[in-house]
This record gives sequence, structure tokens and C-alpha cells, in this order.
Amino acid sequence: MTESQVFGRILDRAGRADPYPLYAELRKTPVAALDDGGYVVSTYREIVALLHDPRVSSDRRNLAEHFADREPAPPGRAPAFIVVDPPEHDRLRGLAMRHFGPPGSPDLVTGLRPELTAIVTELIDAIAGDRRADIVEAVAYPFPVTVICRILGVPREDEPRFHAWSTEIVESFGPGDDHVAQRVRRRERAAEALGDYVRGLADARRRDPGRDLLSGLLTDDGPDGGMSMEEVVSTVTLLLVAGHETTVNLIANGMLTLLRHPEVLERMRHEPGLVVGVVEELLRYEPPVHFPATRVALDDITIGDTTIPRGAPIVLALAAGNRDPDHVRAPERFDPCREANEHLGFGGGVHYCFGAPLARLEAQTALAELTRRLRDPRLVADPPPYRPSSALRGPRRLLVDYDGVDP
Amino acid sequence: MRVVVDLTRCQGYGQCVFMAPEVFSMNGREALAYDPAPSADQRQNVLRAAAACPVQALHVERNAADPEPGPYPADGDGFRRDGRVVIVGSSLAGTRAAAVLRGEGFAGSLTLVGDEPGEPYDRPPLSKQVLSGRVPARGTALPRPPDLDAVWLRGTPATGLDLDRRRVILADGRDLPFDRLLIATGTRARPWPDPAEAALDGVCTLRTAQDATVLRRRLASGDGRVLVIGGGFTGSEIASVCRELGRPVTVAERGPAPLVGAFGGVVGAIAADLQRAHGVDLRCGIGVTALEGEDGRLRRARLSDGDVLEVDLAVAALGAVRNVEWLEGSGLAAGPWGVACDAGCRAFDINGLVTDDVFAAGDVARLPHPVYEYQFLALEHWGSAVAQAEVAAHNMLSGQTHRWPHLALPVFWSTQFGVEIKSVGVPTFADEVIIVQGSAREFRFVAVYGYRGRITAAVTFDQGMWLEFYQGLIEQAAPFPPRFRTVDPAGAACPVPAQVPDRVGATHGATVVVTGHDPAERRAWLVHRSR
Repeated sequence: MTESQVFGRILDRAGRADPYPLYAELRKTPVAALDDGGYVVSTYREIVALLHDPRVSSDRRNLAEHFADREPAPPGRAPAFIVVDPPEHDRLRGLAMRHFGPPGSPDLVTGLRPELTAIVTELIDAIAGDRRADIVEAVAYPFPVTVICRILGVPREDEPRFHAWSTEIVESFGPGDDHVAQRVRRRERAAEALGDYVRGLADARRRDPGRDLLSGLLTDDGPDGGMSMEEVVSTVTLLLVAGHETTVNLIANGMLTLLRHPEVLERMRHEPGLVVGVVEELLRYEPPVHFPATRVALDDITIGDTTIPRGAPIVLALAAGNRDPDHVRAPERFDPCREANEHLGFGGGVHYCFGAPLARLEAQTALAELTRRLRDPRLVADPPPYRPSSALRGPRRLLVDYDGVDP
Repeated sequence: MRVVVDLTRCQGYGQCVFMAPEVFSMNGREALAYDPAPSADQRQNVLRAAAACPVQALHVERNAADPEPGPYPADGDGFRRDGRVVIVGSSLAGTRAAAVLRGEGFAGSLTLVGDEPGEPYDRPPLSKQVLSGRVPARGTALPRPPDLDAVWLRGTPATGLDLDRRRVILADGRDLPFDRLLIATGTRARPWPDPAEAALDGVCTLRTAQDATVLRRRLASGDGRVLVIGGGFTGSEIASVCRELGRPVTVAERGPAPLVGAFGGVVGAIAADLQRAHGVDLRCGIGVTALEGEDGRLRRARLSDGDVLEVDLAVAALGAVRNVEWLEGSGLAAGPWGVACDAGCRAFDINGLVTDDVFAAGDVARLPHPVYEYQFLALEHWGSAVAQAEVAAHNMLSGQTHRWPHLALPVFWSTQFGVEIKSVGVPTFADEVIIVQGSAREFRFVAVYGYRGRITAAVTFDQGMWLEFYQGLIEQAAPFPPRFRTVDPAGAACPVPAQVPDRVGATHGATVVVTGHDPAERRAWLVHRSR
């Protein structure tokens, strides 16, 4: 198989349940040139190098001309910070961070801890009377959605509306399939609709600000000025989508992995501290994001034996790097007690996942409570059915049988 | 509990702050501050923070309840089984070496000798968190390595070394026999040169926890102007804390700018802007000619331009003196420049021949670096101390073919005025410098240094995430000036002279002379001029 064929099979839905043997194949060529002119990087060291390489842009407007129609920049709207470079990226991210983390709001995430536990408790209580549940539908999806809605100031009851748009956007993300133009059109329509929805919320919040992130962005002038309305809309849209399409995978992948490793699940029941290492190892072993936003070479970049030409798109195969045997010993083993577990679960460099601390706490809370409370949980189908996206990879449903729910 | 952050590795992701905001905090965009001795009720949060660190830079002391690693394996090698290792100097490098020796299977006797009475502690926080009052001076003890089965001789300075008999002589008259010796005695603050003036109440230096205790008390108890003599890293960090505490401060720097000795005049000028932007009364090209007191208390300082400052607190931040006096007459190549060694941390004797059983690491060691034309570099950096300790300990246990060279590029950091300053390489090994990314005006930028057409160093202000990239360029001897396109380009037209100072002063006070005619009898001798 050529590298392009291997990569094609990774993108193919048929292989979604277990892409890891294909990643091993891909790693034989750390920096692989694809037939369409793009590059895919699959080894840990090379991925880390590119994540910290200032010649690598996250702004698709830097794509060479003949790639430009592949993933065009959204027309007219302010791009979200995930697809812009410093210094603009740093300004936008810094303004958003003032309402989410240090140095402006260092206690916000830890302060959510009691609330997170309460939400999970309620969700698990709701399936206490059953003997079978879909963990995605029951906990993994509604939990992070509820949390991100509260943080952002988005009404939870609007979820059915924005969920459809968000799914549309996410399913079309990541390295391409063969209906590119169609895919992009669908995504643009959904992004437009979601943007309009957020703009409507923002208008209301501006008149009547609350204590949420959306209100904060609208009213905070910051030391160097605040965000424009369009920047607020794109930032909140990004956080809304990212906040509820990724953690769902971390929790669902986590429960699936634990059910496949009953000895770890059993240990978690009497070692409450273990969940911290479990979540770190999940981020390495079954990360929710396999491919981050496509990068672009700003100049010819020679890495390994390959030169990526200026203007070429670069796909970073984070999940392949996480299992690179040159980086981590026994990479195919799920080991929650790994020392110095450096992984690419949240990417790296300036675009390191904005919501990482929240995702960690959510996953720790959900998995701790699920393992503690579900009596003798068992997988109904292994592998479970997967969501279509190769980039944001996780089960669509995770049916679990259990003998009851402890209080 | 105890925690230390390897700020050489830290890139300012801030994940630890999210997980344990009572222990870690961001001081500005990237600069991390932390409490090295958090209370026990923070343990779970600190463990969460350590797990979450994207570069795994947090080291948390093991709890007695945590599983200990198994017994150290002993192998057939006689020295490993029952050799005797003495480590003189039990601070960062000495304790790290001890841990590596045990970790690599050394089962013989291990003795650590230290002149300070307490447990080993971390020094970088002293000029930051401790001076600002966030943590007490005694609160920076280093995490204890798992049981080392070592003899600790604390508060017992070594006073001599007898290489022929392989013994370290202690101040209390005892001597310690060794098979292998590690010299890690570090440095001390260079005192104010006039002893009578230095003895005035209100004249301080900063190197030890005791120094920090004294200086902190004085900073907290007064509100008058503070004079900092010397605008190097320590002086600049002290000035930064003064401003943080709201105290007026004057920095008198003999050179054209602060940090000029480390970074040259171009980046030094930016550091000067940074100080002035934070209200420091910075006087460059100015020396302090006299410190005057009344009734034994400091009252004023006379400057070389004739100005007189009324101050009751002056900090002499004049750099460091290497602790080598105890090696005088030992026959080692030890002098004011430090202890010269090969790249494997094996000490040279005075003739320049390498010894096989005496090693040096940390601030006292001076090693040739192949990347810098094999020049001997004394790297007084936290990360270098750790890296050299690891190399020295490994080589103590290894035969000729398995020895490691210390080839790590020096990486350094300083936190001042809310900016995280980092460097990689040797910025003074340069003829030109160019700012390639960011904005000097905003105090967030990357400066790249070149020497004869290759990149030799990089300095970042609040741009630490790019440092590894430039480290790679130095390691590849990539051409200078860099000509590639980057994100956030600084738009500098072309490189400018780096304005680095001449490398002088290292051998001040000692000279080597050579005697004898026949190759078999030619010998080098160290002549001490003054001390």
C-alpha cells in the first residue's frame, strides 16, 4: 500500500473501530507525501517539532493557490482563534482566557467541581432503574453539553437546535473525503446558522449581561481592548462546538476502554486517585481528537528526509504519535500508572486545547462516578458503532448492561 | 509536601494553575510562580497538576504511602556492589547525582557532604516567590528522592582533598575515603568588595535561604528606596520584586544595560525598557563608589557620577564566586574559573590531564562544549546542574565505551516584571543578533544570535513555546541570519551587532605557570595572586 492508500483507509469509515494498525503502517514513513499534495505526519517527535515550529501556520489562507478551494477561509466572518496565527491568535485566546482560566480567572474550573459531580450524579440517577443504557446518550453527551452551556451562557434547552449545526460542522472537519465541495458547502451553511444563533444570544446578553463567558467577552474591555462583536461570535461558536463534540468522545472512549480492561475498572473502585492517571492514559491511548485543524507550511520545511513545500497542507496524526514506540514503551498497552506520560491528546504548542482543564475534570468526574456506581457493567457490542468523523473519533452509541446502580 | 517545577522545561501552558490554583499561579502571560511546600490538603490537586503538565515538568515528592520502587539492583561489577562514593556539595547537583547513582544500580556506600545545615533546597524561588513573601525562605526544600541509603554530613564543609590517598578532609578534622568523588560545591554570592562597607547593617547579598530570609524581612519592614548594585539576573529579579512590593528601587549597572553580560547590548536595551516601564530608576554605566553608614547602619551610597542616594538597604548583586578554595593544593585544575573537566564531567588535574575518579557538576564545573568550539563554559543554570549531575553519576558507574558526554545545550530562565525570559545556547557566543518573531515593544519576542554565519543562541521574552525549535536550529548549526517565513514575524530588516561583552575576568586572580624542560618533567602550577 502507498502512504496515500493507508491514509485513505484511515479516513474510510469502515476502519473507524480500530485505526491503530493503520497508524503503525503510517509511522513507517514519519512524514508522508500524499497524492493530493498534502502531507501527513505520524511520529511523535516530528509532530511535536511541527507543533512548535513557527514556520507552521494554522491559517488556511496560507494554503497554496491550488489548495485554496479545498478548505477556503470562511467569507466575511471573523475567523476563530483555532484557525489564526500569533499575534492575532494570542490576543483572541488571551481575551477569552480572561473568563476561563489564569491569570484572570484561575479558580473557575476547580470551582466547577461540585457542580460537575452534581450533574453527573443526576444523569446516572436517571438510568438507575434500567439494566441497559447507552452511555453516550445517558452521560457522555449530555454532561459536557450542560457544562459548556452554563459556562458560555447558552440556554441548555436550545441544544436540539445548535446540536444539528454543530454535528454538521464537526462531521465535515478533518482530512478530506471525496465530496469536498459538497462537504464545505454544508459546513458553511451550518456555521452560518450557528453563527446567527450565537449572534442572537450575544445581542440579548449585551442588553442584559450575566455572569457567563459570553457576557464577559461582550463587556470586558481588557487592558488592550476587547473583542469585536464578530470576534465574540466566532469565539463562542468555537467553544460551543469544541466543548460538546470532543469531551463526549473522551468519556465514551474512556468507558469503552475501561470495559475492555476490567482489572483497571476494578482497581478504580477502591483507588479513587487512579482516575487521574486513567484519564491521562486515555488521552494518549484513545484520544478524542485524532487530527487537529490542518496546518500549512509557511516556508519549505525539511523534516526527517522530507521537505514539505511552502503552501502545502499538513495533517498531524496525533493518535498515531501517541502510540509511537520510539516515544513510549509498550504503546499498545493501556497503563494508567505510566510515569511522565507526555502525550498529544490535547495537541501542543500555542494551539494546545483551550478547554483541556475542563475536559480533564469532566472525564475524571464522569468515569469515577460511572465506575463507582454501575454494578458489574458489561459491553453489549464490541466494537460499538462509531461516529463518522475520523478527526473527532468516538462511539456513536455505547450500550452497556449492568446489574443496578449504587447510590 | 514538596514540589519543584523544572522551569527549563515549562512552556507556560498553565495547566497546573487550573488544577491547583492555590499552589500555582501565572504572573503575566507565561511566568509561573508556585509554592514549593504546599500544605498536605493540596496533595490531590498537586498530583492532578503534575499529571496534567503537557511537558511533565512537575516533580512531586513521593508520599510514604506511594509505592516505592523496588530495591536497587546490584550487578557483578565490584565498584557498583561495594564501592565508595563521596559527593561534596549537597544542593541540586549533588542530590540529583546521588539519586541517579542509586537509580543506575550503585549499591555501595554513598556520603553527601554539605556546608549548609538544613536540607537541600531550590534556589531560583529565593529571588522571586520568597522575596515577594509568597512563600517562606524555608519553604523551598527540594523534594526528597526515594530513600537513598546515604550518609548526610550537613553543616560540615570539606576543607581539603588528598588525591593520592583519595580522601576528602572535613572541617572537623575527619577524612572520608572514596573510590569516586563528585565535586558539586557550587558558588556563593560575590560580596561587596570593601569588607567594612559590606559589614554595614543594610548591605545584603542573595544566594542562600538565609540571605533570602534577611532580605525579605528588610523589604517587608521598610518603604524607602532600595539600591540594587548590578543589573544581572539576580539584581533584575530583586528589582522586579521591589516594584511588585511597591518599593522605589534604583539599579546601578556598570555596563550599558541590564542583562548585558548574558544577552549583549541589543536585548539588554529591551530589558532596560522593561525595567523603566515598571518604574525602576535604572542607572546604566554607573558604579557605586562607596557605601556609607552611621552607627554601623547604611545611610547612603555614592555613585560614580557624583550622585548620592539616601538608602538604608543595598543589595550587592555582583555575580558569583566559585567554591573552590577547599581544592587548593589538591592538584586539580580548580581555580576562580571553577573546576575544569572534560565533557564527561571528569575533572582535569592541574596539568590538563583528565582524572578517572574525580568528577564535577553544577555551578562549580567548567566544561568544554563541542557546539561552542570546545570552549570551556561554566553554566550557572539550574538545568545544566541537573544534566551534568546525571552525566557525572552515569559516568562514575560506566566504563570508557559507555560514558556519556554532556552535550545538552544550556537553557536558562528568569522571571521578572511579569515576563518569562528564556534562553537556549550561549548568547554571548555571537557577533550578531536579529529579532525574528513578536514585538520587542510589547516585551514578547524571539531574538536569534549568530556567530560567523551560524545560529548559536536564542532568547525569548514570553515566547517560550518556540524555544525548542530554535534549539534544534542551533544543534544543526543552521545558517544565520535565518531567512524563513514564520508566524508573527517581527519584520526586522537585518541583523545588528550583538554587542556582547568580551569574555574577561574568568581567570582573574589566578595564573597558571609552566616549569620544566623535558616532556617527562614539564608541569603546570597554579599561582594565586589575591583573593
